[in-house]
Amino acid sequence: MELLSMGGYGAYVWTAYALTFGVVIICVAQGRRRHRRVWNDLRSRLRAASERSK
Amino acid sequence: MWTFLHKLSSPPHFYDLAAKMIPWFAAASLLLIGYGTVAGLFFAPPDYQQKDAFRIIYVHVPAAYLSMMAYVVMAVSAGIGLIWRMKLAHAVAAGAAPVGAWFTFLALATGSIWGRPMWGTWWEWGDPRLTSELILLFLYFGYMALRAAIDDTARADRASAVLALVGAVNVPIIHFSVEWWSSLHQGPTLVRAGGPAIEPVMLWPLLAMILGFMLLFAALLLGRVRTEVLFRERRSRWVRKLVYPEEPA
Amino acid sequence: MSDRDPKLPGLLDGLVSVIRRDVYLAWRRPGDVLNPLFFFAIVSTLFPLAVGPDADQLALNGPGVLWVAALLAALLSLNSLFLNDYEDGTLEQLLLSPQPLPLLALAKAIAHWLVSGLPLVLVSPLVAMSFQMPARSTAVMMLTLTLGTVSLSLLGSIAAGLTVGLNRGNALLSLLVLPLAMPVLIFGARTVSLAAAGDVTSAGVYFLGAYCMLTLTLAPFATAAALRISNE
Repeated sequence: MELLSMGGYGAYVWTAYALTFGVVIICVAQGRRRHRRVWNDLRSRLRAASERSK
Repeated sequence: MWTFLHKLSSPPHFYDLAAKMIPWFAAASLLLIGYGTVAGLFFAPPDYQQKDAFRIIYVHVPAAYLSMMAYVVMAVSAGIGLIWRMKLAHAVAAGAAPVGAWFTFLALATGSIWGRPMWGTWWEWGDPRLTSELILLFLYFGYMALRAAIDDTARADRASAVLALVGAVNVPIIHFSVEWWSSLHQGPTLVRAGGPAIEPVMLWPLLAMILGFMLLFAALLLGRVRTEVLFRERRSRWVRKLVYPEEPA
Repeated sequence: MSDRDPKLPGLLDGLVSVIRRDVYLAWRRPGDVLNPLFFFAIVSTLFPLAVGPDADQLALNGPGVLWVAALLAALLSLNSLFLNDYEDGTLEQLLLSPQPLPLLALAKAIAHWLVSGLPLVLVSPLVAMSFQMPARSTAVMMLTLTLGTVSLSLLGSIAAGLTVGLNRGNALLSLLVLPLAMPVLIFGARTVSLAAAGDVTSAGVYFLGAYCMLTLTLAPFATAAALRISNE
């Protein structure tokens, strides 16, 4: 329990670490989502254009 | 070597090369951050004055360093883009901004959490380092807002580059604020005359975390720049072939 | 003897003529000058009303509120710095003129200060009185406000140059100026508080002076770059 309580400062330490890992994960996810969105947008646009010109 | 650099500035080569580099950076950063976190939380002994609360250093300091480093990357690449008119440089600046903003937020948040038990306050208005770090966050927001407000990519690139360069003066202020003014925040721990003022067993996890975060930043940045490049080059042939290979010629 | 045609406008002529034009235009449109001034006066009146008549409370918070009001009033007037010129084509002419663009940018910023910052400084003793601030802080207050509003005009001109012609450029302009203006606000308000308490104020005054010098020398170049970029 020494682990969890961190000498009484547990709430502070664990919140800080959780926040850090949370933000990192959000940052990664955000980047990937944006990439996917650009890719899919572009793909559907190209597909629509090529359908039209058929 | 020059061929390599020259190729690097060509968007399709960059796109491929970055894709190959990201997993390596990500893996290395994961290892370093993993070691740093475990060693920092469980193996480093409690600090004499701060007891276990000092362990926040292992997330706060890397976040703070990276918040400044990201701004420098952003400003330098924006400057390169402005002076040498390299589109890729502008893409790097655009990619660095949101990541830098997140790290700045993290630095402020973890710093505030650390400050509460240590200084008795969540925030201290008028503290030079806290204030200049907050200014950094606003600079990032301003940069991103300016980019978003301008439709023409070229104008957006160049206008935000001017802004990034003007705001760059804030970075040395953040670093030296604790030396120039009296501040709640402690003085420099690592980059100081006489070497780091911290025990080796506590130092190693910190160095690992800093390096790990740097590699993480590199991975994140490369990913976002790839997306930027994809978007900016959307009309070009290599992108069309990449995204919609079935397209009849 | 130089063989330059003496009838061609020189550097000083360029500077003075831009300043003169802007001040004259502002004179013709008093709203431009009075609006921020009214705003400053209104905020200054509302504050004692909201906080209550306790003289000590007012005097304590007076410097801070005064400075925030000055900053907001300056922001109000910055949007139109280049906007009118942009719309009627004058800006393009400025860009094409033989004088160095940074010089003309400096002139615009100086004109802006004459029309918005200077009136503020002159009105400030009245506001200070309504905040029950001690008389001994008046001189320092006016000095710091002068240095501060000059810096704000210059920093604001950079942001105005970057956002000229954009939709909702006003809010964006404020966001861009804010981080650069924070040190001015902090040191300005602090120094006036110190003066009110009778303490030594040299540190703050020196800082504001240095900041002012820095912006005076560097901002025009950034503004010029911004204007070129916004006008391509």
